[in-house]
Amino acid sequence: MSITDIIFETFTALRANKVRTGLTMLGIVIGISSVIALVSIGNGAQASINASIQSIGSNLIIVMPGASRGAGVTVSAGRGSAQTLTLADATAIASGVQNIAGVAPEISSRKQVTAKGTNTNTTITGTTPAYTTVRNFEVDDGQFISDANVSSNAKVAVLGPTTATDLFGDGNEAVGQNIRIGAVQFKVIGVTKAKGGSGFQNPDDAVYIPVTSDGLFLQGNEYLSDISISAASAGDATQVQTDVTNLLLDRHHISDPTLADFSTVNQADIIAAAGSVTQTFTLLLGAVAGISLLVGGIGIMNMMLTTVTERTREIGLRKAIGAKARDVSRQFLVESVVLTFLGGAIGVALGMIVSRLVSASGLIQTHVSSGSVLLAFGVSAGIGIVFGYYPARRASKLNPIEALRFE
Amino acid sequence: MIEVHDVGKTYSNGSVVFEALKGISFKIHDGEFVAIMGPSGSGKSTLMHVLGALDTPTKGKYFLDGKDTSKLSDDELADIRKNKIGFVFQSFNLLPRTTVLRNVMLPLIYAGTEKEEREVRAKAALRAAGLDESHFEHKSNELSGGQIQRVAIARALVNNPSLILADEPTGNLDTKTGDIVLGTFQRLNEEEGRTIVLITHEPEVAEHADRIIFIKDGLIVSDSKAHTKRTIHHKT
Ligand SMILES: Nc1ncnc2c1ncn2[C@@H]1O[C@H](COP(=O)(O)OP(=O)(O)OP(=O)(O)O)[C@@H](O)[C@H]1O
Ligand SMILES: [Mg+2]
Repeated sequence: MSITDIIFETFTALRANKVRTGLTMLGIVIGISSVIALVSIGNGAQASINASIQSIGSNLIIVMPGASRGAGVTVSAGRGSAQTLTLADATAIASGVQNIAGVAPEISSRKQVTAKGTNTNTTITGTTPAYTTVRNFEVDDGQFISDANVSSNAKVAVLGPTTATDLFGDGNEAVGQNIRIGAVQFKVIGVTKAKGGSGFQNPDDAVYIPVTSDGLFLQGNEYLSDISISAASAGDATQVQTDVTNLLLDRHHISDPTLADFSTVNQADIIAAAGSVTQTFTLLLGAVAGISLLVGGIGIMNMMLTTVTERTREIGLRKAIGAKARDVSRQFLVESVVLTFLGGAIGVALGMIVSRLVSASGLIQTHVSSGSVLLAFGVSAGIGIVFGYYPARRASKLNPIEALRFE
Repeated sequence: MIEVHDVGKTYSNGSVVFEALKGISFKIHDGEFVAIMGPSGSGKSTLMHVLGALDTPTKGKYFLDGKDTSKLSDDELADIRKNKIGFVFQSFNLLPRTTVLRNVMLPLIYAGTEKEEREVRAKAALRAAGLDESHFEHKSNELSGGQIQRVAIARALVNNPSLILADEPTGNLDTKTGDIVLGTFQRLNEEEGRTIVLITHEPEVAEHADRIIFIKDGLIVSDSKAHTKRTIHHKT
């Protein structure tokens, strides 16, 4: 029996009972489409978390004051509360460690900011020009803080776009205006380009001022909240982290690294930690979808067994006129594989549509990987073979006369 | 050549045991036309199934063309059914919801015949069985009893089998169509030398055969040459 004949027989048989064929296929369609859609959501979540971690800077190493507690991911003992990092530390790192793209000291605090009649409570970041390199910033209007601003303790400020709108209204020129941070007046010299809210704080809702002015006029001391260092390349990050740690231990006269009065976090570590979380999440979603696929597979087996029983006389006849056991089992196997394969194809299409809809809803940018599509096809064909094998074999073993007598 | 030696068939369904064939022996030579007669329930169909390699006897031996069928594998038996034997079932057994033409082509599909040739041969077999061309594309469940019977006969003939086994092939036919079918069998027997075994209740039908075997309660009661052989002259 040729393959075209088998296919013809298969479609005739599947068409003979459209409703049942459709319902059985639905099990596979739901299973496969949920695998595709849920895994794409998981992948999307992973990509979006990665992107938001990447957006805070490139190849970032963050040094925070305070001791690290325990092993593993380092946690600062109350960020900003410990006062161990100074501007001099940042300068020493910039000149003493190799393979660095930029070093940006930071003083972070929340303060009330006022302009003519408007006010907002926002993050004040005291920093240096290197901040734009380290944190991937661009200036939209005006300019960023300059080295001259830093060395002269200038009372100048660069606004995040959200803060600029909050203070001066949409579309109004902010550059050149004056603002008050606490009681001190600053002149706006620039507005940054919108980056989108990401990660730990919204960089669009912030005011950036020279680190020296911040220390002098707002904090009353020059201790830093953190030092952000950008390694020249991803491969250099570990070396930079080690060198920075050693340099600071040396500067702070600490011989035992476990007693360090600062801690460092590598961006790659954060990505890896977040990655393992999202991977578990994706796996979990995949497992839930996998269970529904299994249920669909059992539906296929159930239908094939019913079909074999119903068509016992037909099988008997086919064998009586010369069909071999192989011909019969092949026919039923192909029937179940075609059923699952069609179900798989529709499932993949449906899964992609669902994934697109989720993307379109703006909730999360989903990503359908070609791997999961291939896997879905493989799995659905596999289900057809596995769950079709037993019924097909059962059909092929029937004695022709007994089968013909079956009522 | 068909040779059965003391063939018996016992059906047992749990505690109920029934001996349908009790020990039957005969030989049928190539090119013979044999009729099997006997009362209902005497074991004719059971015997036919054994001869058609569809069922295995529980006692005795069946040699087909010198081969002991009990020693053949399922696949070898399937090949014999496919290549040598045309079987007309008492209950016809057409595939439901399938066209007449496709039903008749089915044995050719398993025999691996080319697609174009299948249709040509199926149509020829249907014409030989006396079915009107207008019914070829009908579904098998849209046919009358007599039409179904002719399709079943066509299906048995389509493979050009050397042995044709027909279980009451004219039971549902009026005399005229019955005669057409019998005429076909006779022509296949006389002109092409095919062996034909047919079961019938009607003496007039049996008279077309060279030889008549009577069966009663699973045993042969007589096996004799037909006295007067009737011949049907084909219309041209
Ligand atoms: N599968 C079976 N199980 C049990 N008994 C059976 C089975 N098949 C046939 N028989 C019995 O065997 C006997 C012979 O049956 P068979 O079909 O050979 O009769 P027959 O001579 O063809 O009758 P008819 O002329 O009515 O067709 C019957 O009594 C029947 O009940
Ligand atoms: Mg019978």
